[in-house]
Amino acid sequence: MDDARFKDSLHAESLDRNARLGNLRRAAASRGGNESLDQITRFLDLQHPHLLWGLGGVFGLVVLGAVVAGVLTVVNPRKDYTELRQRIFSWVIMIALLSAALLLGWQATTALFAVVSFIALREFLSLAPTRREDRLIVLAAYLAIPLNYAFIAADIYGVYLVLIPVYAFLITPWLMAVIGQTRGFLASASMFHWGLMTCIYNIGYVAFLMRTPPYEAPAGGAGLVFFLLVATEFNDVAQYVWGKLLGRHKIIPRVSPNKTWEGFIGGWITTAALIWFAGPLFTPLEGLGLAVVAVVLPAAGFAGDVTMSAIKRDIGVKDTSHLIPGHGGILDRIDSLTFTAPIYFHLLAFFALEKF
Amino acid sequence: MIRWLRWALLLLVARPIARFLTGADVTGREHLPLKGPAIIAANHNSHVDTLLMLSIFPAKAVMRVRPAAASDYFLKDPVIGWFSRNLVGIVPVARDKVATGEDVLAPAREALAAGDIVVVFPEGTRGDASDEMARLKSGVARLAEAFPEAPVTPVWIQGAGRVLPKGEVIPVPMNCAVLVGAPLRWHGKRAEFMDGLRDALLTLKDQAPPLRWS
Repeated sequence: MDDARFKDSLHAESLDRNARLGNLRRAAASRGGNESLDQITRFLDLQHPHLLWGLGGVFGLVVLGAVVAGVLTVVNPRKDYTELRQRIFSWVIMIALLSAALLLGWQATTALFAVVSFIALREFLSLAPTRREDRLIVLAAYLAIPLNYAFIAADIYGVYLVLIPVYAFLITPWLMAVIGQTRGFLASASMFHWGLMTCIYNIGYVAFLMRTPPYEAPAGGAGLVFFLLVATEFNDVAQYVWGKLLGRHKIIPRVSPNKTWEGFIGGWITTAALIWFAGPLFTPLEGLGLAVVAVVLPAAGFAGDVTMSAIKRDIGVKDTSHLIPGHGGILDRIDSLTFTAPIYFHLLAFFALEKF
Repeated sequence: MIRWLRWALLLLVARPIARFLTGADVTGREHLPLKGPAIIAANHNSHVDTLLMLSIFPAKAVMRVRPAAASDYFLKDPVIGWFSRNLVGIVPVARDKVATGEDVLAPAREALAAGDIVVVFPEGTRGDASDEMARLKSGVARLAEAFPEAPVTPVWIQGAGRVLPKGEVIPVPMNCAVLVGAPLRWHGKRAEFMDGLRDALLTLKDQAPPLRWS
């Protein structure tokens, strides 16, 4: 299908959805029936069916996980499955929050990821070495969050692109110089840079994907975000599972002793297959673009995980906090995403999206 | 009316602020007493310690929580004094009257007798944000002696001194780890009790994430 026809068909589909919405509204008015049920039906009818099926599928997987955990607890009463249960329960909460945000639209998603950025940055700055005289810079780093997300909300891509990588990059060491703090200057400045880039700028790309015009993606911006999150988390889980099943040869023992070549390659191939086959349902990618994303995204996820592990090893902690029961801190959960989000966005922009 | 106001303030204002500023990363929550008389003994680096202690209890116990606070500091100003007494619910300790032989622990004993959960900071004053624990004052042992049925729960709060160090006015959000240990019981000997409390606090401190702060 060529580009113009593809867009036309998407446009027709959204017109069709609007027509169905009109029908529903008339039907509800004539029945005068259950108002709130009608509202929910109308709300869901506005959503793209791929997204609803996708979210339903993810919920199904988690319910399956919960059932397996329940069966394990009954079959094997001597073993303690508390952590597995906590882990699954936390997944339910996270998926519910993300689904709600994606269904509600870009405003809710932007707000949610602003909060994610804040908690992640607070975790990072609390673990990294800081000094009493740096408190002002810490405060300034937090102020970068509303600023960054304001440009996402205002849909000003050009400013968003340079705000943190160029201007926060310059202002941070300048502020340090103004305070007169020169002890360990470069190490301290790069600590702040790392936190600003990973926790705010890179995560911001997730929210910015929501601003993709509906006709540019088969399931809208929400479909793009949904697919990024699914592919990233699926990759984490697949690497873990393959490692548990076949893991023999350590891949990077000095940083992550539990990671193996078998887990990495198994996860890579499984996730690449998922992206190749399910990608066309949620993204406008096809052919070469889809193949590049399928190959690059799993490797980027692994890279993000390993890099954050190196930081945690240096600091001397296993988890960045206990915020998410069974998972650790929010940084432990989004470590892969800090790498996959910008790469996915840029590959989409390069191969498919006209807006960016 | 004031009781209702205090409840609303603690649950709807203090708790969200504490979460925002510190993340309130609590481990060992199951050790927290839910009814009095009970004593919490925590280290002290910041006013944020008091805010945290008022925020980590479940809603049904929060009205029982009474932080001990120096009357020479908090009751000097009439407005702050009213606020501290009625809304924060402090138990005043007249540090400046210790030398006069006055019974400075009387308000704390009254609170315990009324079935409250009294939070004491045995270091006596806020330290700096570094990890060091000051010498513990033995008032907590005298309270435990007076109420042998009250559990004394050790709590190590880490990082509050970074959120709001002594002498600073603007709080900066940083994660705080709150580690709650197994409760101690009064067993009759003051010096040994204080050694036990010190060891318990230092053990909790060792379990806290490293504090890279200078």
